[in-house]
Amino acid sequence: MPVNTENMVKVFGRPESLTDARFTYCPGCHHGILTRIIAKAIDELGIAERTVTIAPVGCSVFAYLWYKCDAVQASHGRASAVATGLKRANKDLIVISYQGDGDFASIGTAESIHAANRGENITVIFVNNQIYGMTGGEMAPTTLVGQRTTTTPDGRDPAYFGYPIRFSELIATLDAPVYVTRQALYDTRRIMDAEKAIKKAISYQVEGKGYSLVEVLSTCPTNWHMSPLEANRHVAEVVTEAFPLGDLVDRGG
Amino acid sequence: MPSGRVLIDEERCKGCGLCIAACPQKVLAFSGKINRSGYNYVHMEHPEKCVGCAFCAMTCPDVAIEVYREKVAA
Ligand SMILES: Cc1ncc(C[n+]2csc(CCOP(=O)(O)OP(=O)(O)O)c2C)c(N)n1
Ligand code: SF4
Ligand code: SF4
Ligand code: SF4
Ligand SMILES: [Mg+2]
Repeated sequence: MPVNTENMVKVFGRPESLTDARFTYCPGCHHGILTRIIAKAIDELGIAERTVTIAPVGCSVFAYLWYKCDAVQASHGRASAVATGLKRANKDLIVISYQGDGDFASIGTAESIHAANRGENITVIFVNNQIYGMTGGEMAPTTLVGQRTTTTPDGRDPAYFGYPIRFSELIATLDAPVYVTRQALYDTRRIMDAEKAIKKAISYQVEGKGYSLVEVLSTCPTNWHMSPLEANRHVAEVVTEAFPLGDLVDRGG
Repeated sequence: MPSGRVLIDEERCKGCGLCIAACPQKVLAFSGKINRSGYNYVHMEHPEKCVGCAFCAMTCPDVAIEVYREKVAA
């Protein structure tokens, strides 16, 4: 039965700067929520025409398809370096680098830290789902102690594999970053908080204030072997214990 | 309470169920029907209970939900 919306006002729709392309993510994966939030911030700041998004390697490798903006697909881990080049070549661009935890906090460690330390005027969205999603669920540097992955079948043992890295806390020790925060998407309140944080981070770049890092605790229901709802609960109850939410640095205000 | 309606893009829906859990009014449910991608998509089981809060749409990872609210006379 068609739903009748005559004489009603639309209060929520697809952001203007999202294309019609369907996301390639698994059911319930937070990558999709985050994509909508970034598009919404681009809309609200009116910057679509001068924004360049950077797609990483990982499940979000197709991120160049989602926004009505220019985009570059970087090789694995190099997105913050590509962002640096774009921004330095043309300061009028708004550059948003979207990177998974394998990408940002493992193979791209050097590029990630040094872009932050140089205080590049870019916005990095760091998607921490504690796993290598795209390649089938191997351990990431962020994988929790005891977490089973295909490469830690008995659970991550810190004596052998080290502890989960709190990359945002590392970046927060540097002098240059203007904004470093950790957000989540497991319920509507966190989604609204994440919307505010992402808009703030991008607006700091628009205002020329410098480097921002928004880490987002994300789910991977497929490789965690959980339902989307169980995955949300896992973030709320377990993941946030290892990765506490909130602002670590805010020098932009 | 204002009255609301949601439009669900049945072909975009992946049947993840997150909107069903996010709805404070228990409006939404699986339709029991399968879309072209093979997913059991969501529909409004109790449309009369919708308040147009948009919690479902905010939560939807596939941006498959539009929300409408009744016009309130100023
Ligand atoms: C140079 C290079 N090394 C390894 C790979 C294989 N590879 C593809 S995606 C990926 C991990 C992606 O994990 P993450 O960045 O956490 O993204 P997610 O898929 O979890 O969102 C790896 C190791 C590659 N494509 N290129
Ligand atoms: S494998 Fe995991 S991170 Fe990748 S799309 Fe599926 S649920 Fe999302
Ligand atoms: S708009 Fe609010 S009340 Fe209506 S279906 Fe969505 S979550 Fe439920
Ligand atoms: S949240 Fe979106 S994709 Fe998931 S069941 Fe609801 S409408 Fe479908
Ligand atoms: Mg990952």
